[in-house]
Amino acid sequence: MIPPPPPDPLHQRSIRPRGPLVIDIEGVTKLYRMGAETVHALRGVALQVHRNEYMAIMGPSGSGKSTLMNMLGCLDTPTAGHYQFNGKDVSSMTDDELASIRNREIGFVFQTFNLLPRSSSLHNVELPLIYAGVPAAERRLRAQNAMVNVGLADRMMHKPNELSGGQRQRVAIARALVNNPSIILADEPTGNLDSKTGEEIMQLFDVLYEQGNTIIVVTHEEDIARHARRAIRLHDGLIESDRMMDS
Amino acid sequence: MSAIARFVYEFFESIRIAWAQIRANKMRSVLTALGVIIGIVAVTLMGTAIRGIDTGFNNSLAMLGDDVLYVEKWPWGPVEDWWNYANRPQIKITDAEKLNRIIESTPNSMLAVAVPRVGRGCSVKFGDGRVDGIFAMGTTADYARITNVDCVEGRLFNEIESNGGRAVCVLGYDVAEALFPGRSSLDQTVIVDGHPSTVIGVFAKQGEFLGLFSFDNQLVMPITAFTKAWGSRRGAQLQVKVTDKRLLLQAKDELTGAMRRVRGQLPGERDNFSINEQQAFKAQLDPVKTAIAFAGLFITGLSLFVGAIGIMNITFVSVKERTKEIGTRKAIGARRRTILMQFLVEAVSICLIGGIVGMVAAYAVFLGIHFQWPSFPVEFSPDLVVLSMLVSVVTGIVSGIAPAFTASRLDPVVALRYE
Repeated sequence: MIPPPPPDPLHQRSIRPRGPLVIDIEGVTKLYRMGAETVHALRGVALQVHRNEYMAIMGPSGSGKSTLMNMLGCLDTPTAGHYQFNGKDVSSMTDDELASIRNREIGFVFQTFNLLPRSSSLHNVELPLIYAGVPAAERRLRAQNAMVNVGLADRMMHKPNELSGGQRQRVAIARALVNNPSIILADEPTGNLDSKTGEEIMQLFDVLYEQGNTIIVVTHEEDIARHARRAIRLHDGLIESDRMMDS
Repeated sequence: MSAIARFVYEFFESIRIAWAQIRANKMRSVLTALGVIIGIVAVTLMGTAIRGIDTGFNNSLAMLGDDVLYVEKWPWGPVEDWWNYANRPQIKITDAEKLNRIIESTPNSMLAVAVPRVGRGCSVKFGDGRVDGIFAMGTTADYARITNVDCVEGRLFNEIESNGGRAVCVLGYDVAEALFPGRSSLDQTVIVDGHPSTVIGVFAKQGEFLGLFSFDNQLVMPITAFTKAWGSRRGAQLQVKVTDKRLLLQAKDELTGAMRRVRGQLPGERDNFSINEQQAFKAQLDPVKTAIAFAGLFITGLSLFVGAIGIMNITFVSVKERTKEIGTRKAIGARRRTILMQFLVEAVSICLIGGIVGMVAAYAVFLGIHFQWPSFPVEFSPDLVVLSMLVSVVTGIVSGIAPAFTASRLDPVVALRYE
């Protein structure tokens, strides 16, 4: 475990001013049927997230944090409750409309990277732009920029199996950024990385936050959560605590 | 515009993915394509055979002439009340003369000329050589106006020779070849069932009629010479040429009327003769042809169906294998129809490759058959190629639609959890 950086009175962790409301969920409930049992994954969660926030969602397994993340990422719809994303009601959207939001507004980063193994890293990063109908030349340019932004300018033609774990996650982050999403949703982004590489990735997230991105990280590790400026804690399908974090 | 652009990009992405999949799983792709290849080869070869049979039928029927009516005792085709026909009087050679007089005296007749024909099986000898099973036909010089066969040597007998009953004959191509290999038969004298006859011409090669008998195995002599040699107990056949083959039916009516006069039939009496035409034969053959075609295509279609099942199976496996990838793509923004198109394109790609390879293989087999057995009815044509390609694509779509649909409906949350 890496010891936290010593508090430096001369260094104030920047907290950027909050922008407009991005995520507004109210009374959100999610029920699953597992055989004969009904699982209450979320039991009426209310949450507001603004642009320029850097938030960590924490909680033990079974607390509902994965379910909440899927909900926020428009991968799943609530059983009850409302979800407004950038002012639009998501709960009543069609499958195609949800896909469109995921494409343009949300950048996913997964624990297992989830890259296409038979494509170059550049093509992996281009993928969201293909689904957005962006022409080839512009696609290539934007993908290249995204890769430069994550420090992989010299790895564009490599396939994922030719990259290290940390590099793969960077490719995934570049992919998440390429469409200029409203939020970046990261699910245990360092879960498959060693601690040193994990720390590098979290520093990258710090840089991305400084650059103006809104970031939500789901994690069960305190050290990871410490990079965020706000942390909510889930327990048994409800938000237990929601506090701002100073360095 | 943007929707079209997106479709185009997604389509090319699908092709790219399909190609990468095929290359990554070469063995699997080969085995899957093999099913389609075999199916396409079978269906294509069956198509060429059907085509060939069709052409063969049509060529044979053309030998009968589409502007000729045949007046005979018996109709072509099955009869129910045999006795009615058996009791009919024979067609007589003199009927032809009477008919021609009626035709000449009819203004604007749709009939051109009536030619009598009698025939018998015989043997033809020349020197030490002898051919059996030859059909000797006696007819008039007007036969030249009816037949569309040319002489490759010499000529048909003329009216003077015909009326005089001179013992001359025109040989069919195979008869001349058999008795006079490599040299001319003109002015030679052959013995036809004991009767000498001088060869004055040889017919061009015609080929077989429906594979039943060959026009090349006959010889033609003046009818008067025929009856002089063998009498006229046997009935004759009248071949009547019509002036305009588009008016065949009306000509048939006119001929019926004329024949009834010739035979002195009373009104109300049923015809005591039959008028046959190529069309009747065709009408008989068409259902047979169609039945053969359907049966053949159905059976070979089954083999293609088996190939299609293979494609469907493999595509299901592919979907299962890439569940997590499908989840990722959906998370990045792929819509259901994008995923559907992706897997449909994969299935169609394999089918198309199999179809092309199958087409090439079928062509090779076709060439082999054609060179080895030239008379076997097979025929390859461009529209067969297009049709087979179309069949491949349709097979791909039909086989791929179920797995592709399953893939498109995957819940992204569940798919992303799949290991």
